[in-house]
This record gives sequence, structure tokens and C-alpha cells, in this order.
Amino acid sequence: MNAPVILDRRRVLQGGGALIVSFSLGRAFAEEGAPAAAGPKRPGSLATAPYLDSWLRIDSDGRITAFTGKAELGQGFKTAFQQIAEQLDVPFKAIHVVTADTQLTANEGYTAGSHSMQDSGAAILNAAAQVRELLIAEAAKRLDLAGESLKTDNGAVAAPDGRRLTYGELVAADMLHVQAQPQSKLKDPATFKIIGHPVPRVDIPAKVTGGEAYVQDMRLPDMAHARVVRPPSYGAQLVECDSSAVEKLPGVVKIVRDGNFLAVVADKEFQAVKAMNTLAAAAKWKESPNLPKQNDLLNVLTSLPSQDSTILNRSDPSVSGQKTVEATYTRSYQSHGSIGPSCAVAHFVEGAMTVWTHTQGVYPDRQAIAEMLRMQPASVRLIHVEGSGCYGHNGADDVAADAALIARALPGRPVRVQWMREQEHAWEPFGPAMVTKLKASLDADGRIADWNFAVWSNTHSMRPGNAGTLLAAQHMAQAFAVPQPKPLPLPEGGGDRNAIPLYTFANARVVHHFIPAMPLRISAMRGLGAYHNVFSIESFMDELAGLADADPIEFRLRHLEDQRGRDVIEKAAQEFGWKRYQKPQAGRGYGFAFARYKNLAAYCAIASEVEVNRETGRAQLLRAVAAVDSGQVVNPDGLTNQIEGAIMQSMSWTLYESVSFDDTRITSIDWQTYPILRFDAVPDRINVHIINRPGQPFLGSGETGQGPAAASIANAIAHATGKRLRDLPLTRKRIKDAIDA
Amino acid sequence: MAGMARLPRIIAGIVAVALAVGAAAAFAIVWRPAIAAIEPPSPETFDPAVVKRGRELAALGNCNSCHTRRNGQDFAGGLPVPTPFGVVFSSNITPDPETGIGEWSEAAFGRAMRTGVNREGQHLYPTFPYDHFTNVTDKDDRALYAFLMTRPPVHAVARPNELVFPLDQRPIIAGWKLLFLRRDTFQPDPAKSAEWNRGAYLVDGLAHCGACHTPRNALGAERVSAQFAGGEADNWHAYALNDRAHAPVPWNAESLYAYLRHGWHPDHGTARGPMAEVVSNLSTVPDSDVRAIATYMADVSGAAKPERDRGSVLAQAEPAPAQGDPTGAAIYAAACASCHESGRPLPYGGVNLALSTAVASPDPRNLANLILAGVPAVAGERSPIMPGFAASMSDAQVASLLNYLRARFSKEQPWADVEKTVADARRTQTALLQTSTGPRNAPADPSQRDQP
Amino acid sequence: MMTLKVNGQENHIDADPDTPLLYVLRDDLKLNAAKFGCGLGQCGSCTVIVDGKAVLSCVTPLVLLEGKQVTTLEGLGTVSAPAPIQRAFMEEQAAQCGYCIAGMMMRAQALLLRNPKPTDAQIRAELQPNLCRCGTHMRILRAVHRAARLMDTADASVNERSGQ
Repeated sequence: MNAPVILDRRRVLQGGGALIVSFSLGRAFAEEGAPAAAGPKRPGSLATAPYLDSWLRIDSDGRITAFTGKAELGQGFKTAFQQIAEQLDVPFKAIHVVTADTQLTANEGYTAGSHSMQDSGAAILNAAAQVRELLIAEAAKRLDLAGESLKTDNGAVAAPDGRRLTYGELVAADMLHVQAQPQSKLKDPATFKIIGHPVPRVDIPAKVTGGEAYVQDMRLPDMAHARVVRPPSYGAQLVECDSSAVEKLPGVVKIVRDGNFLAVVADKEFQAVKAMNTLAAAAKWKESPNLPKQNDLLNVLTSLPSQDSTILNRSDPSVSGQKTVEATYTRSYQSHGSIGPSCAVAHFVEGAMTVWTHTQGVYPDRQAIAEMLRMQPASVRLIHVEGSGCYGHNGADDVAADAALIARALPGRPVRVQWMREQEHAWEPFGPAMVTKLKASLDADGRIADWNFAVWSNTHSMRPGNAGTLLAAQHMAQAFAVPQPKPLPLPEGGGDRNAIPLYTFANARVVHHFIPAMPLRISAMRGLGAYHNVFSIESFMDELAGLADADPIEFRLRHLEDQRGRDVIEKAAQEFGWKRYQKPQAGRGYGFAFARYKNLAAYCAIASEVEVNRETGRAQLLRAVAAVDSGQVVNPDGLTNQIEGAIMQSMSWTLYESVSFDDTRITSIDWQTYPILRFDAVPDRINVHIINRPGQPFLGSGETGQGPAAASIANAIAHATGKRLRDLPLTRKRIKDAIDA
Repeated sequence: MAGMARLPRIIAGIVAVALAVGAAAAFAIVWRPAIAAIEPPSPETFDPAVVKRGRELAALGNCNSCHTRRNGQDFAGGLPVPTPFGVVFSSNITPDPETGIGEWSEAAFGRAMRTGVNREGQHLYPTFPYDHFTNVTDKDDRALYAFLMTRPPVHAVARPNELVFPLDQRPIIAGWKLLFLRRDTFQPDPAKSAEWNRGAYLVDGLAHCGACHTPRNALGAERVSAQFAGGEADNWHAYALNDRAHAPVPWNAESLYAYLRHGWHPDHGTARGPMAEVVSNLSTVPDSDVRAIATYMADVSGAAKPERDRGSVLAQAEPAPAQGDPTGAAIYAAACASCHESGRPLPYGGVNLALSTAVASPDPRNLANLILAGVPAVAGERSPIMPGFAASMSDAQVASLLNYLRARFSKEQPWADVEKTVADARRTQTALLQTSTGPRNAPADPSQRDQP
Repeated sequence: MMTLKVNGQENHIDADPDTPLLYVLRDDLKLNAAKFGCGLGQCGSCTVIVDGKAVLSCVTPLVLLEGKQVTTLEGLGTVSAPAPIQRAFMEEQAAQCGYCIAGMMMRAQALLLRNPKPTDAQIRAELQPNLCRCGTHMRILRAVHRAARLMDTADASVNERSGQ
């Protein structure tokens, strides 16, 4: 089994390495927080987990383990972290990476917000560099030579006289149990042999040969299979459920009912599915029609009470505009739409709960599950195992809670729970619907004189931490209340993520209308508010460029001072072959868009060519060219893969996707009712150009493409049709209606 | 099989003799003058309101269904249309001067619609349903012309037809017309409502419903005496629409309207096969026209005797024990029931098969087509999906399933020769799926859900 | 109890005839590649090959499989001895989360068995039933093209060795 080995801490500590003693048993090292000491901030997650041995372990046989509190979600982090450990001067294959596990790794919160490279990557990078220095110092002592005369190479410290001491020989008790320094002696990027190179991902071989790669593939001895019967709608009450027929079905082990939580456990998986269907038919629910009108989200959102804050207010009375335009943009609720429904395995033994889960945050999810079970967090262990791609907060945490609740009812027996397709679609927390209203004026020179931007949105994170965020806890008889939503703080923000433009305007005002009430269950989805805010800003920039009779790219550069931003724009334009006022062939359009994710992570510019069929309204992305600057590149192929994926996924969101619902139920509950892109929509080509910045900090890039891809496509559609579409998704019907209008 | 292959030749022989006799004397009938070529008119010369009306009429006429091929450009033709006499390839009706109708004047277009003669004076094969289009008013022809002439021109040379001799000789068509082409068959009935008359005008004219739903004689002409008694379309059976309709729950104006407008109805199921393209087009035309068609067709099919409603059909079906073919029963339980008995409302839940016309129909082809090919997703749109079973079921297994469904869900006699039907369907559907434009199913509106 | 031939081996399966093949592969035979995605035949994650054709194992009951040959991704090759299509997907790094990839590979493999030199349009049309959410499509297409080339080379070398 690849990942899901039951590693208890004791076994790890008995690993036979010299470092064992550095994991002194009384210490929950992984959770050992930063001391209160003031001083310069340590890089990345070393700021909160400063001990080097929280990040790296060296065995006496020279094997090296890197620990990350982040989870591999299919982005290739495991490989990237393994590459980063090049700072130790060891071969790529000498490193083994252990990912998020509440008993083994640091608490790095969530794997989210394109933070993994910035947090965990930076921590491992610096820890590795500092461990290398410690090993050199130790060797210097043993060899009685000056440290400066020693070199590291291939897992050993080498002296000029030819003597070598391997890291395994050098490492000693507690040597790495020291706090990291704020500064590290990093290798010269010019000498990198692994960092910055397209190393093949370590997880792919198992995935293309049927290896055990996912939590869905776990098979523990005597494992039972469970299925949950979810209510048909939010807030539905279970009024009656005669389960006698289900109990008699072959293989059925147990029916678990706790308030509105209903589940069935069977020996075999298909037995559980059959039993679930029978149980669902027997359950009678009382539902209430509480959902808003799907086709009126603009009014629904803007008329809910909101907490308003002005997050940018810049004024220069000497500059004023002459021509003014206004526009309103909307985004529907959208689904993460993981291809594999969420899954977890839980095992309750002698009062201790272990859950294998594809959660993005083992520590916060443990907190929530422990609260739900009314157990001490120390008695609950969460181990991350890869699942199907999640793109944010999908059903992962909920199914982990389902599994824990069911396993508690079946002590001693591991229980695997997987959601059904319709459960994933109906119950996952959606990407929130949003509204933006923009208004701007141009001065006589065709520059934006004043800019007004207002965004209405829910929070973009209802992630666990509290039991009340978990469906199972909400459905239990002694239910936990959904916690009060909070806006995510700037500079990263939530609904207001990327609401502040990176462009410089003489007068600018940005207002965030935070809406606490959540008519639909929502949480974090790749890019959070940035997807819609960048779509709005970059669409509006094109509208203003049109008003100024300017080329869209030249118009952007007119307002952008950030040199790295200008560089990606120019790179994308050049590689695309963008020319001012160029006319594509009939029915086609060119589009451009740019953003720096969160205004602090990776830069991304995307040019696209789209064809619109005027008869049907169908839009087809023909090609896209992206330029991205994510600082020092660790794995260029991995980065390219992420950006390609971001463009494809954002295209699907942008052209097709919206959650549908009636007054009571979510009605988009499968791929019939929630269509996403298929191969016929795949463009002819996507080219990603990376501007590498050796030695510069890592800038998260997993989400940077979502907004620019959307706006680039919208701008190309406007270019092709002469019609501006402002309501996401830009469906075939909407495009056709606009053409025919 | 040998008999089938010989049939066109026999027919061709008869036709040849019959027409040779008349042909010499009928030069005047055969010959049509060319109409002078024009410079393709600029799109700006057409009134946008007329173009818009033309767009709706083109949708009512289902023009794209034949004149656009899969992955082809709109109205550029090239779709192979199978007939008993060989394959006819649809023509390019974009305003390309060389390969399309760019040089056609409005008069030339009107003549083609009313008499089936192209600009050059050649007779057109009646796969182009001018026997119906002769009813289309000059005003509507003008709008259609305006619409087509404002489409992007596509340079696409039509493939030569693959017809048996002597039917590959176009003058013969003149003889066919002499025998079968009736001009102006639509006459308003003052005793009926305006809506009814509008429906009749569309059904018998531009919408050419009879082209598929009326059986044809040996020479490929619709049998006037059997109007709407059920016909053929692309190897699908086009159900009877007259009072011999086999729908378990009889149609009425309301259910027809909903079906034609949305592509499905809870008492009948979802439009499939070539009909899916029709309802896909009808979803874009004025509501009043769909209502008119429904009103007229409901009158044509008459009142059902005895009256059966959904409840009584289901009540009769539900208690029926699983009977018949045990293999079919197991396949149904595993592969079909998860959707068709999910209780999920249409169009995304499978129809209760007791309500299915395909199961009650005297012709098992449609059911065989569906089981083999399934219903693929419409790109980027909410649409029903059904997996096809061509790869996982043998002909014998599909036949077992068909026999089981027939026995369990209908009151009709068992079908004969089911395995052969399946084999034929497997052959023809494979060919068709590679050429026709789709959608083979209709986008549907998910807001239309039964109450929880 | 029925006999099911999977990846060349006969297995005695104790399951109801209406059990979908997917559950038999995963639960009884402990095979990982075929994945549960929807159970409705809408996404293709469960695709396997039956008698040379791509089949959705989630809607294929055991009763249909008597006497047929089932092949899963595990049956094509291993990490150390990968089949051409597996090598191609590794070389193109054609996965992100990878959950859909086994199904994609099996459908592509069935295409290549039938048509060793497919055009890009044919590959796209063939893969239409299979969904990928990470947006790995460009790489998947490249990998299928590469697999076709690899298979071609492999065939050629086999032919050379056998003196043909």
C-alpha cells in the first residue's frame, strides 16, 4: 500500500535512526508551536512550527523523510517538496515525503489558497538548508576542520582530503531539534540540479497502473462498507423510517440512526448500496421550501442584509472623468464537482478514533470531528490520503465525519464510506454566488480617472474547525449549530479576494458587502472570490478600453506599474501573436485578461481565441496562451500542468456551470444536470509560458489562472459577437439570446 | 438479406419502364429553364426583422437536421440521407456562390421550395420535402431566403449521390412529380380556429411532419390514405400520430405542447433519435407556433378510446410480476432499474417503461436503437444521459432484454424476429452516429421537476 | 457463483447476477483501477475493456459477462513493465489528481486496439463519454497519440524479432 499505511507514531519512532531520541516521547512535536520570542519572522510555516525536526528526519542509514502538513491533492506537491530538499544535497530519490497526519506532521492548517509552496515549500526549503549547515558543523567538529572547507554532496559531507561522513553517520540525538533561524544559507539557484527541473511526479506511476493511490482504494482487514441516506433537502426532518426490511437484507451489519443522520453498514460495498436504496425508500422526510429563486440571484443577493466595508478609498480631486460607464456582473453557485465522490475510512479502537481522509486540513477537521464525537482531540487521529481532486472544500470533511460517526457505532471494525454521485452534487458546499457592480470614468486622455467596484458575497470558507460545519453534526439528534460565518481577512480576502485592482487609478473605491445569510450551503472553491472579481474587473477593463478606443493590452499597461505584471502581460501577448486592432476571421474573437492572484501570489496573463457559432450560440475555445510568474519555479512541468488545468476548468465553469435548485431542493445532482466540459470542448492547444525568477520566493500558482481564463474567454466572446455577456456562466443560450437580441 | 438487396433494383426496373413510356411525351414536363445567376446579395440588404423570422421558420422546418453534418459547418450540407434507392447527400444551402446557393435569386429559391427544381433547372430528389414546402407561403419563403442568404458562406462541394440506375437520372424525378406531387395541399378550414389552421399550415407545410410519420409507397411517396400512420426516419420508426397511436397514455394538446416545447413529457418520456433534433429546434421558435402544432396534431390523433390515464396505466403495470426472459429480467434489474425505477422525475430519471411508447410500439427498432447507442450528453447543456450498451451486450442479450420489457411493460403481443432487429440496429446506428449532427436528445429544463 | 475471467485469470465470484462489474472488481478482486464516479454511466471513471471494447463497469451486471474476457488497467502492465499506454501517460505526465485516468486509458486502449492510428478528432470523439475535472485533457490527448506511436514501434520490434 502506498500511502495509507497505518503509521502509528511509536512505530515511526522505532524506525532505527539516530534521530529517534530527538523525537522525545513526551512531546507532541508536530503541534509544538512557535515560542513567543520576538524577532524576524521565520520563512513559510517555520513561523508557526519552528523546530527543524518537525520538517526533516534523517535516519542512520541515510534515508531522509520530509514532513509536510499539506496534502497532496493532485497538484504534485509531494514531488515538489521532494525536489526542494535538494537544499540538503541529496539525490531526489533519497527523500521520502510524509504528508498531513495529525500525529506526524506540523499543523499547517489547510492546503488551500495556493499556499502550499509559500508555506510548506518555504519551510522545507529553509529547514533543509539549515539542516545542511548543522551537518556541516557536526562534520567540522568530528574532522577537526573548518566548516568553510567542507562541501556537501550526495548525502554526505566531504573534506578536501577525501574523507566523507554520511548524513546518517553525522546525525545525532536532538541535533535537529532546534529552532530554525530566520535566515538560511540557501544554495545558489544557478547550481540547482533538481529544483527548477521537470522531475516526473512520484504519484503518477501508481495512478496509471492501478496501484493503491486513493483513500477510495483502502482495504483494511475486516473492513465494512457504509452508505449514508442524506435528507432530500436542506433542513429536512426524518419523520418516519421503518428499517426492518433493510435489516433483513443480505450482508447488512448495522443501521445507524441519530436524529436526521441515517446510514447503513454492510459487509460488501454493493450490499451497502442496495441497502441504502431500500432504506432511502423507507425514510419519510418533512421538507420546507426555503431556497431563493435561482434565476434572480442578482436581487436575492443584493437585498440580503450585508456588512459593508470600504476596502480601498483613494482620491485625487485633481483628476476627474468625462465618459462614465457602469456594469453589473453576476456569478451562479458552482460545484467543485469532484469526479470521485468523497470517501473516508474510520476505525474506532479502544476509545481512539483514526480517520483516513482526503480533507484539506487534518488538524481543523480533527478538531471538528472530536467536538462532534465529544472526544478529546488527542484521541482522534486524522491521516491524509489522496482522494479525487477537490478544488476546494468539497465533501471530504463531511464524509470523514460520516465515517467517524458510523465507526463509533461499530467499535473494532474499520468502516469505509463513499458518497453517491447525487450526494456529492447535492450536499457539497458550493462556490458562492456573487454580484459585482462597477462604474468608472475616463479622462480626456483615455485613462481611467475614477473606479468604483462593489462586491456582494457570502464568506468563502465554512471549513471545519467547529463541529457545526459538518453535515453529520448538523443532522445528529443533538445537533451542532452552523457557526456564524466570518469574512476572510484581507489582504487575501474571501468574497473580496482580488476585488482591489492591481492597476493604479487616480480615484478608486472598493466596497465589500459581506452577506452573512447563506441560502445555500457554501464554502471555499478554487480561487474564492478572485474568480468572479477578476472576471468582472478584466471584463470591465475591456469595456473601458472599447470606450477609450484603445487596444485592450495597451489599455491595461497604461494603468499598470507592477513590472512583473507588465512582464507576464507582454509575454502572453507576444507568444499569442497579439497585434493591435487585429481582426480575426468571421465568427472568432480574441480576448485577454490578467491578474496577480490575491495581489500577492503568482502573476498570470491569458490570451485566448474563441469561435462562436452564431446559429447555436455555442462558444468554443480554440487556443489559449498563458504567461505565468510564480517566482522561483520548482517543477516547470508541474506548474504548466496546473495552469493548463486551471484554464480548462475555468473554461468549464465560465461557459457551462451553475448549480440549479427549485424552492426546496438542489436539482443539479449529477452530470446530466450539472454538465461540465467534455472532450468536444477541448481547445486545439494551450501554451503556458513560465517566467522563472531564480532565487525569488515561491508564489502560489494553483488558483491564479481561474479568473484570467474566465475574463479572457468572455472578452473573446465579446470580440467575436459584439455582445458583452456579464452573467456567469456564459451559456450557449445566453450567448444566442445576446446575438439575437 | 438477398431479397432486401434486390428490392431497389426491382423497383428501379418498374420505374424505368413506367417512366420511359411517358418520358418521351413529357419533355415539357421534364424541362425547366435555368434562372439567371445573381451576384450574392450583401447581408445588409435584408431587413433584420425578416431574417429573424426566417431563422424561426428554418427551425420550424428543421432545415439544419439534414443540411448540417456532424462536425460540419451550419447549412453546408453533406449529410448522407439513406433511402431505399441509395444515399442522397444533402446540399450546401449557405450563400457560397460556387458550391451553395449564393447565386440564387429569391425567385429561384421560391421555385425550389414550391416545385423542387434548382436554379439551374434540374429536378431535386424528394428527400428535399418540397411535396410539403409547396404549401409554404411566398412571404415565408422570402424570410427563409433572407435568413439563409445572411448565413456565413461555406465553400463545400456536395458529394455526388449514390443512387441505383436509373434513379440517378434526374429527369426521372419529373415523372415522380407527375405521379405524386400535389401542389397547395393545405387549405384553411374556416370551421376551425385560427390556431388550428396555423398548426395545419405548419404541420403540412414547412414542418413536414408527414415526411417521417406517414408511410411511403414503393416509389418513396407518402401514402395519402395513411397520413400519420407511422413511418421511417434514419432507421428509426416514426410513431403513428393518427388514432392508431400506441402511446400507453393518449396524447392531448397539452402533453403534445409540453413534449414539443421541452423535449419530454412525464407521461411519455423524452424525445430521442431524429425527433430529438426536431424538438431541439422547436425550443427556439415562438411559443404560439408550438401550441398551434400541438392543437392541430391533437385533433388529428383524435380522442382516445378507451380513455387511459397515467394512473391507470401505472396501476396495471406495477403489480405485474417479473415475467418472461430471466436473462432479460436480470439485465433490467442491474442495468435499467437504477434509473428507470429511481422515482426521479423526468427528464433526468428514466421513464417508467410502462409509459413508454417504444415498448408499446409494434416496431422494436427504437428501443433497440436506444439500448445500443444510449443517449449521449449534449455538450455543455443540461441534458439526459443514458449509457449505451452496444459494447457490453450481445445481440442475443439485447434481444432478451427487449423481450422481457415487452412482456413486462406492455399489453401487446411479443415482437417477432427481435434478434435480427437488434443486429440491423447495431449496423445502422453505428453508421448514423458518425454522420448526423445531433443532438440525439433534447436539452431539457431542469426547473420542471415534480413536487418533492 | 459464477466464473469471471479478469486479466487472464478465472475467478469464482459469489455475488448476485445483478451486481455491477465495478463492485466485483473492487470489492471481490481487490483491483483499484476502475473507479466509482457516478454509478450511472455518465462519467467513464469505471471504464474497463470487455472482449476488446470499452465498457462502463458500473452499469454492466455480472450476468452479461459469462464467457467474456475482462481487462482492467492492472492487466495491461506494471510500474516496472508498463504497457505502451501506461508508458505514454507517464511520459506525458498526463494526470493531475488522476482519478479519471484509468478510465480514460482503458477507453483509449480500446480505441487503439480497433484503430492503431487514430486522428485527433477520432480520439476526442472516442473519449467524449469520459469526464476529467482537473482539466488534464490536453495531456491526455497527447498521451494517447504517444501511445499509438509506442504501440506502433512495439509492434514493429516484435515483428522484427519474429522475423516478419
